[in-house]
Amino acid sequence: MNTPAAIVEIRDLHYAVNGRPIFDGLDVDIAPGRITAIMGPSGTGKTTLLRLITGQLRAYSGSLIVAGQDMRSLRRAGLYALRRRMGMLFQNGALLTDLSVFENVAFPLREHTDLTERLIRQLVLTKLQAVGLRGAADLMPAELSGGMGRRVALARAIVMDPEILVYDEPFVGLDPISLGVILRLIRRLNDVLGLTSIVVSHDVTEISSVADSVYLLSGGKVAAHGAPRDLQASSSPVVRQFIGGLPDGPVPFHFPAPDYFGELLARGEGH
Amino acid sequence: MNPVTELWRSLIEALVALGDVSRFLLRLILATPRALLRFELIVRQIFNSGALSLVIIMLSGLFVGMVLGLQGFQLLQRFGSEEALGVAAAIGLVKELSPVITALLFAGRAGTALASEIGLMRATDQLSAMEMMAVDPIERVVVPRFLGGVIAMPLLAAIFSVIGVYGAQLVGVQIMHVDSGSFWSQMRAGVDFRDVNEGLVKSCIFGVACSLIAVYQGYYAIPTAEGVGRATTRTVVSSAVMVLFLDYLLTSAFL
Repeated sequence: MNTPAAIVEIRDLHYAVNGRPIFDGLDVDIAPGRITAIMGPSGTGKTTLLRLITGQLRAYSGSLIVAGQDMRSLRRAGLYALRRRMGMLFQNGALLTDLSVFENVAFPLREHTDLTERLIRQLVLTKLQAVGLRGAADLMPAELSGGMGRRVALARAIVMDPEILVYDEPFVGLDPISLGVILRLIRRLNDVLGLTSIVVSHDVTEISSVADSVYLLSGGKVAAHGAPRDLQASSSPVVRQFIGGLPDGPVPFHFPAPDYFGELLARGEGH
Repeated sequence: MNPVTELWRSLIEALVALGDVSRFLLRLILATPRALLRFELIVRQIFNSGALSLVIIMLSGLFVGMVLGLQGFQLLQRFGSEEALGVAAAIGLVKELSPVITALLFAGRAGTALASEIGLMRATDQLSAMEMMAVDPIERVVVPRFLGGVIAMPLLAAIFSVIGVYGAQLVGVQIMHVDSGSFWSQMRAGVDFRDVNEGLVKSCIFGVACSLIAVYQGYYAIPTAEGVGRATTRTVVSSAVMVLFLDYLLTSAFL
């Protein structure tokens, strides 16, 4: 489990929001060049973990090292330098709505490089071709379907040739065809570009088909870790509940609440 | 709760908010030199805040000028000095009405657009996406919009004055038959550089205040539909109160 060359190394991470602990001693190693899935029930802080890894949130305590940089002591300039080596696919794509598809993909190039217009055009068209949307270059983001928008965002995320590509819930709300396209792109981009991919998702079957290794989070800790096949065979109750989609188990069906009958019979105070 | 503690608490809250806005202004000023290198972004925002507000500014200027012409004529006629209509309307417009009404209209037309645009960019993760692409949203999004507003405001106020004077002339000279020569010559003799300067300074300061309130409210909007709606409302209300308050301070300072 302990790969010395981990590109993301998290040790004993504690993080709380408004006094409610999200992570309570989290240890995660993400191996370079592979697709690592981070799974877990809603509300376990998967997206929070991505925001910590990308430096959008600062670690509360513990150590978090990304590509050799200690995220807690990293200043703004260092963080921006690190982010040029990272790409992130947001849940809804987060395309800039006032720019066309082409300009969205060209945006990081125009901001960070002095390339000629011709070279920018070639780079952008190559990346759009890779996601199959070269023909949509002149459309505006509002004219795209959800799946297309996410593919454009993916092209934008890889246009600077990052080392690490981070996906936040890439499958939410996609039809089966778009979902298949995104799945295949995740695998292909990872292998062709030599990336390290980190995918946050709770779609068990989809992500199991593509990930090399899986972390299952629950209750602020790593509940299980291993290859997707190992997780399928696991006998741990949390893993069984999550993989099998059982409504009740170690992760309770009910949000914590006072006694049901007591509340029904009470005289309506409080509500 | 005790009204005194309530009052004390809201006073403290207001001071904290003022501190936050001042810090935000400092951030904008620090990012301005780098944002100036991308002048085309600022030009586009001058277009968005300025050129797109032209119709409402010109229409309002025309009607305000026409009302001034009518009211001024009625009043001055009693003293037999209708020829002073030109100078009265021009002074009223240049020193007071143009900066203030332009700022109020600007808050309603451009300020709300800025606040809701930036707020929606926040709500749809566009600002986070820029951060992730190592692009500072303050420098790329907020400062150009802020500067666009600051530059557009005095220009709009000047246009308001010009159209307003024309409106006063329309009613006074064309309809009420005030002598055209004395209308213009009294105006030229009576309005000096100090009056124009006062109006200019006012509209520049209102430009900073209104643009700052709009981008601040948008940038710190709660990223929900309700939050962006509230930010838009707050932009108009705070801008209006701030403009009228500053107007009093500036007027007394110029006396």
